Amino acid sequence: MRKAIGGALAAALLLLAAGCSGSDDDSSGGGTAGGGKVELTYWSWAPNMDKVVEGWNAGHPDIHVTVNKQDGGDPAVTKLLTAIKAGSGAPDVMQAEYQKIPTLVSADAIADIAGEAGGLKQKFPDSAWNGVTLGSESVYGVPQDSGPMMFYYRADVLEKLKISPPATWDQYADAARKIHSANQKQYLGTFSANDPGWFAGLAQQAGASWWGVQGDSWTVNIDDAATRKVAGFWGGLVQEGVIANTPMYTPDWNAALNDGTQVGWLSAVWAPGVLEGNAASTKGKWKVAALPQWDPAKPAGGNWGGSATSVTTQSKHKKQAVEFITWLNTDPAALKALAGTANIYPAATDATSTALTSPPAFFAGQKDFYAIAAEAGKVTNPFTYGPNVNVAYSAYNDAFGKAAESKQSAAFTAALATMQTTTVSDMKTAGFKVAG
Amino acid sequence: MTTLPAVTPAAERSAVTTAADRPRRGRRSAGTPYAFLAPALVLFAAFLGAPVVYAGYLSLRRVKISGLGLGRGSRVEQWAGLGNYTRVLTDSEFLPSVGRIALYGLIVVPVMLGGALLMALLIDGGRSRAGGFARTAIFLPYAVPAVIASLLWGFLYLPRVSPITDVLTGVGLSAPNVFSSSWVLYAVANIAIWGGMGFNMIVLYTALRTIPGELSEAARIDGASDVQIALRIKIPVILPSLIMTFVFSLIATLQVFAEPMTLRPLANTISATWTPLMMVYRDAFIRNDIHAAAATSVVIAVATFALSFGFLKLVGSRAFRQED
Repeated sequence: MRKAIGGALAAALLLLAAGCSGSDDDSSGGGTAGGGKVELTYWSWAPNMDKVVEGWNAGHPDIHVTVNKQDGGDPAVTKLLTAIKAGSGAPDVMQAEYQKIPTLVSADAIADIAGEAGGLKQKFPDSAWNGVTLGSESVYGVPQDSGPMMFYYRADVLEKLKISPPATWDQYADAARKIHSANQKQYLGTFSANDPGWFAGLAQQAGASWWGVQGDSWTVNIDDAATRKVAGFWGGLVQEGVIANTPMYTPDWNAALNDGTQVGWLSAVWAPGVLEGNAASTKGKWKVAALPQWDPAKPAGGNWGGSATSVTTQSKHKKQAVEFITWLNTDPAALKALAGTANIYPAATDATSTALTSPPAFFAGQKDFYAIAAEAGKVTNPFTYGPNVNVAYSAYNDAFGKAAESKQSAAFTAALATMQTTTVSDMKTAGFKVAG
Repeated sequence: MTTLPAVTPAAERSAVTTAADRPRRGRRSAGTPYAFLAPALVLFAAFLGAPVVYAGYLSLRRVKISGLGLGRGSRVEQWAGLGNYTRVLTDSEFLPSVGRIALYGLIVVPVMLGGALLMALLIDGGRSRAGGFARTAIFLPYAVPAVIASLLWGFLYLPRVSPITDVLTGVGLSAPNVFSSSWVLYAVANIAIWGGMGFNMIVLYTALRTIPGELSEAARIDGASDVQIALRIKIPVILPSLIMTFVFSLIATLQVFAEPMTLRPLANTISATWTPLMMVYRDAFIRNDIHAAAATSVVIAVATFALSFGFLKLVGSRAFRQED
């Protein structure tokens, strides 16, 4: 008995000691396994990424990459920040969503690889490249995928009402009115207070860039004219009652897509996968078009989603890691695997011609699916994220949740002001220099 | 008298042995209690004491960022004094969230305990043959984890996937939108009541079973009705159990988290700071500000302590007197 207690005590003490041990052992940081062979660890949540990486491992016997599957963007960032704080435990390579990059740079979690990867600029659209440079001389990753926004609609419903796919936002509003008045249960879309990334993409299209760097201080422009225009537009439609006000990605919304009460979705290039999962019974009835425009003479686009591949500051093999992520995101074979096996839309400009030749299965009838996506990607406006996107996004959820519930257009623009003040005051409290 | 001499040597013998034992036992007694306590103390210190102290420490620190906050060395950790506490307590979302759980508690605690008491009395009254079945059926929801229960109710609340809506529209009624701002508090409270009533009923029922049958019998012979027996005899006797369940419910109210957190993505009306504990979660995991989260946690812990012990002190002397 005493032995057992002693054993338990020893184990507890050992546990404590392990928890407190310093940063100098790099068991999980990926050390050299001898013989010049380099071991890299890679955190990613893309499906089948391990299969894509097999292609690299087969051709590169001296740099071996192990994929460590993550739950998703948010938990991976929390884990990485914890590892950075602890001084050990971070991977060498990490998938990072564009909107998380400033947060990660600010926490000194991902490394500047301008020296090794600066030459890749012309392989990517400006909007994606801007996402990894934050508009500076530094490079904090190589763009992997992007989510150019497009307009998905039930072609059968629109045809029946003789509505052509809207080219402008005014036409979108008219179409929404027509559809709702023809059938009180039907909506062309919903305003989702749960999806700040969606709203940011629409603001991006209108010309907003919520953060910016001006000399040595940040600028915050969430409550600017462009975003106000977007918020007012949606607030108007919700107040009229021709657009739903319930969030996306709920069982209710899934059912609405499936039973034909939601007949349109402003989404991104990855939407077919979602529709296939949520609205399987509507297969063959959907079509895609470019986003409606504010000014048809100057077509613009926005992004919803997308990520880069970054090297962490704890990696002891920065050079090899950059070599790997360059291959992963620019090599034609890798792009093909990313698109075909991992099901993502590569950010590289030449991916459309080499890797994406046939449309996704759910849109088998639309041969020009990827041509439309490529066009949308080309006109995507640059957009800079700031170091506290999480704060702004959480403010969006709360403020626009209230606004959507109230169904008052004025509440939508007021919510924008709340978002702006919450974001700025959080930055100032933390000590960031904020202009204005 | 003759036995006395015989006794004395025995007493002496035992005295001798005790005396011989004493030094050894004395040496042991200095360390033995601590040796026995050590495992508990070490575990307590490692898994409760240390985290509490660490949370307290974190709540007094802050991260100070300079300039753009990009790159190495732009972020330093420093002492914040009580800065985090003033920041948390003056947060415009903090007081509303406290008000919300106060209202939530006013709904949940009386309804849940009232219902639990009523059912315990009914089952104990023995009028129903289905007592055993009823007991299990009422207790069963307690076995469903709060997150699962919330998902389950979430589906029932969403009009398009809810069978309740189907039934209501079937009979020509329009179903209320339970996620609207006027209903959402009740929607969350309902889940807590559904899940918690059974547990409290079992606690009260167990207490009722310990009341000797003669008490009720005597009262009945004196002409007391069932209601009078319940009010005058049963409830006063199980008062300590009622107080215990009340304190537990009070603590559960202060810490409500899983239900609103699970329902949040389904509704516009549940904000990220809907309850104080959700505010801790937001600060720690959405804003990556563990210092503010630690400060709020300390505030919640202190409030829980003060309320529970304050209440026990208030009622304690009266409620537990009978047990002396």
